[in-house]
Amino acid sequence: MSEATMSEQADLERRRGQEERLGKVWATPKSWRYWSAVNNTEVGVWYTATSFFFFLFAGALALVMRSQLAVPENDLVSAGLYNQLFTLHGTMMMFLFAVPIFEAVAIVVLPQMLAARDLPFPRLSAFGYWCFLIGGVFVAGSIFFNAAPDGGWFMYPPLTTDPELSGIGADIWLLGLSFIEVASIAAAVELIVGVLKCRPPGMRINLIPLYCWYILIVAGMILFAFPPLIAGDILFELERMFDWPFFDPARGGDPVLWQHLFWIFGHPEVYIVFLPSIALLAMIVPTFSQRPIIGYGWIVLAAVGTGFLSFGLWAHHMYTIGMPAISLGFFSAASEAVAIPTGVQIFVFVATMLAGKVIFAIPMLFATGALAIFVFGGLTGVMVALAPFDWQVHDSYFVVAHLHYTLIGGMFFPLMAGIYYFYPFMTGRLLSVRLGKWAFWLMFAGFNIAFLPMHFTGLRGMPRRVFTYPADLGFDVLNLVSTVGAFVMAAGVLVVTFDLIRPLAKKLKAAHNPWNAGTLEWAPLDPGNPWGIRSVPVITSRYPLWEQEGLARQIAEGRFYLPDAKEMKRETLITTVLDAEPVQVLRLPGPSFLPMIAAIFVGGSFIAATFHWWISAALSGVVGIGVIMAWLWTGTAMIPEKASKDAGLDAELPLYKSGPQSVGWWAMFITMVGDGTAFASLVFAYYFYWTIQPDFPPPDATGPGLTYPLLAAAVAFGAWLCMVRARAVNRGGSERRAAQLMATSVLLALASAALLLYAPWTTGLVPTRDVYDATVWVLVLWSAIHLVVGVLMQGYCIARSLAGKLTARHDIDLQNVVLYWHFAAITAIVTVMVIALFPLVA
Amino acid sequence: MFWREKANLWTLITPPTVWALHFLFCYVVAAIACAKFGRAADLDGTRIVIAVATVAAAGLIVVAAVTARHHWSIGSELPPYDEPTSQDRERFLGVSTFLVSCLSFVGVIFVAMPALFISDCR
Ligand code: HEM
Ligand SMILES: [Cu+2]
Repeated sequence: MSEATMSEQADLERRRGQEERLGKVWATPKSWRYWSAVNNTEVGVWYTATSFFFFLFAGALALVMRSQLAVPENDLVSAGLYNQLFTLHGTMMMFLFAVPIFEAVAIVVLPQMLAARDLPFPRLSAFGYWCFLIGGVFVAGSIFFNAAPDGGWFMYPPLTTDPELSGIGADIWLLGLSFIEVASIAAAVELIVGVLKCRPPGMRINLIPLYCWYILIVAGMILFAFPPLIAGDILFELERMFDWPFFDPARGGDPVLWQHLFWIFGHPEVYIVFLPSIALLAMIVPTFSQRPIIGYGWIVLAAVGTGFLSFGLWAHHMYTIGMPAISLGFFSAASEAVAIPTGVQIFVFVATMLAGKVIFAIPMLFATGALAIFVFGGLTGVMVALAPFDWQVHDSYFVVAHLHYTLIGGMFFPLMAGIYYFYPFMTGRLLSVRLGKWAFWLMFAGFNIAFLPMHFTGLRGMPRRVFTYPADLGFDVLNLVSTVGAFVMAAGVLVVTFDLIRPLAKKLKAAHNPWNAGTLEWAPLDPGNPWGIRSVPVITSRYPLWEQEGLARQIAEGRFYLPDAKEMKRETLITTVLDAEPVQVLRLPGPSFLPMIAAIFVGGSFIAATFHWWISAALSGVVGIGVIMAWLWTGTAMIPEKASKDAGLDAELPLYKSGPQSVGWWAMFITMVGDGTAFASLVFAYYFYWTIQPDFPPPDATGPGLTYPLLAAAVAFGAWLCMVRARAVNRGGSERRAAQLMATSVLLALASAALLLYAPWTTGLVPTRDVYDATVWVLVLWSAIHLVVGVLMQGYCIARSLAGKLTARHDIDLQNVVLYWHFAAITAIVTVMVIALFPLVA
Repeated sequence: MFWREKANLWTLITPPTVWALHFLFCYVVAAIACAKFGRAADLDGTRIVIAVATVAAAGLIVVAAVTARHHWSIGSELPPYDEPTSQDRERFLGVSTFLVSCLSFVGVIFVAMPALFISDCR
């Protein structure tokens, strides 16, 4: 044997050893343990499949509605059932399909696109998925018990605050969706940290795939959009369950507050579902034009611009409530401004297509269809953004037509394109071209037949959300046509579904990188391997597979970072935000049932609360928190067996980082930004009442006084000081002293919470009496709960410290808890300023 | 705060943040004025306040744009800035921030316009 072949032989041996270890470490659990998987390739697929199922369910509800509306005076369903149908259809489409499926697809694709082995918090993704499944089944299932929510997908009070009129459906909506929103926020945190910190070395910020830009922006939007709704849900439930009069004008409340909170969420929401779909197009269009996108910077402009501007539009859903003209003007202006960045994206796509040689494969067919439909919906959008026009068509079928053009063109068709595009990457097989063509044309034609006439039904005066209409008003033919169209479109959906669930063995095997795409998710030569990426490459281009010769092969040969799992641990690479320089090897947790069990108990608590089974709710919640603690204890902030390891390519990287350099710190920071937004929404409620009422606090209000609130603020400040001190002392090596400081802080925090609650109690504020009392109570409760959660965290840290898991050098837990405490202390102090000091100024 | 030697993600979102604060400010000031002084009240004072805020916001955005222009024009190459170098990263952030500034500027002007034309709360 010659020397060359011998070294080749040795190389092969070495690689086989590496692959065996990687394979073992990343193996998917077998049989019933399969459901303990937390890897993105499993969780992401479950997530996608579940949300697609919810889409089919909500679509079936739509077909029932369309059948009911096919002919005038129809009696297929009753008025009450029709109300449930459109409410559940809208709610499911928005909360259980559009948002989750974007997060689901991102969980599947993002790590591969970034050549990461997984996202930084796999168990959090799994927890999010189980929450979503439980909450979703609960909400969707309610219709079989004739108990579905029926107040429309935006649930306007006072109709829905009256338990007599709305039954249990409204509670199911509020609690079920709040629970799911928490899961959405968890996924957002994961995705932000993923894009910023888990990129392959060399993928500087000017080289990241456009998809990642969109995901970053959208996840950021979720962080500011969902919390106001959660705050609104809290106020809403307090009114329904305990008669706190937030939306009851007789006691100073105002239903309009709900409209504000809902639409501050609701309008960004439509962009939250639109942008990730456009992100899919931003990957598909360059691939099938076989050239880099034209105007990368313009896309970033568009994504950032829409992300921000979409927050200034919310009141265009409220043009008819009688706002002053100047307010209408502001919202109308912002609504028109958002058309600029939206248009820019469309032009960028069209320019890229014109400059390249377009291959009209199925994904591209759906992409062009999407653009056509969306542009039409955008045009009617510009129309309804003008207040005077909106006054005419508000709550008519014109709006139903508009919203479906934007949602189906801007969300559903791009998603279809994405499914066809990514299917080979997920399964190694191709979907049928013939069926794809059928599906596309059925859906495209069916959609337009169904929804184009609705513009005219609306202009002729047919209101939305009516279960039937008299003959001879000029609605008959239009409605019949719409119904036929809906069924044609449904046929198209069925064709796709059939193709998706057909056995894999019957489908064509896909070649490696079948569309000849340029981005990293297509790098693995064999998608069947469990480890995601064989080795983490160094990137020097926006389209590495096009421009970096032989990259896929080198990756597969393990020529880059992390080619091995010597210590038999799951690992991925952490890099810096701007320049993606490798800084850490992050150990990832493996399969576990704990996230699922935690979701079951936390979910159980929400469900029990819906039925007012308080004791079960409390018990279930406590067990849930216990399980989460156990999960954290056994799976996070693990102290590695050595300080650093050889990450390949001669890089020796640390295994442990804490504080602002750790991913966990960023996750906490991002979560707390969301939490702060929810708090800000509650403060907004206070000032909202202050603006609309002549006197707020009302003259006969008695509390909450000055002494106790100020004392509470001072004590909370002390608790915070102790924590900051504990962190420093611990760093300095006096771990005992740090634990003592934390214990002191526990006492102070509890005292502060007690003082906060005692203040309105002793001055006699009764939350059911007036909205003022209720608002003060909700603010102090929010703060007190945050202090108590802070205490739980402190207890956890003390225990970790005593167990030797929190040391001077290994202080992730303490760093993160101190970060939490910054926010908790600010929350308490701001609360005091608002409830105690502001009335002095006002 | 607005002048930085190096571009980063914070400089990228500064201009639209200014837009957002300006938008909120205008909306809140007008809403409070109309709620507290009644529907027939005129908006003269409010409009002056909004005008001042608009000039301030537009000014800040211009500063951000000039900074971005500075980052962008290191060297004098044209886009796409897709080389794996610090320079191209800087230029890319510069050009994107510049574009975002332009949009934010237009946004601020758009939002201020109703205050130019509408003189009372009806
Ligand atoms: C599959 C084809 C679809 C059909 C045939 C359809 C049909 C309908 C119908 C008949 C209504 C009720 C109109 C009324 O009585 O006021 C409706 C409402 C609505 N749809 Fe769809 N829809 C479809 C897909 C979607 C999708 C994909 C989304 C979102 C991603 C969506 C979101 C909504 C929303 C938010 C409402 C308003 C619900 C409400 O008034 O509370 N729809 N749709
Ligand atoms: Cu909107």
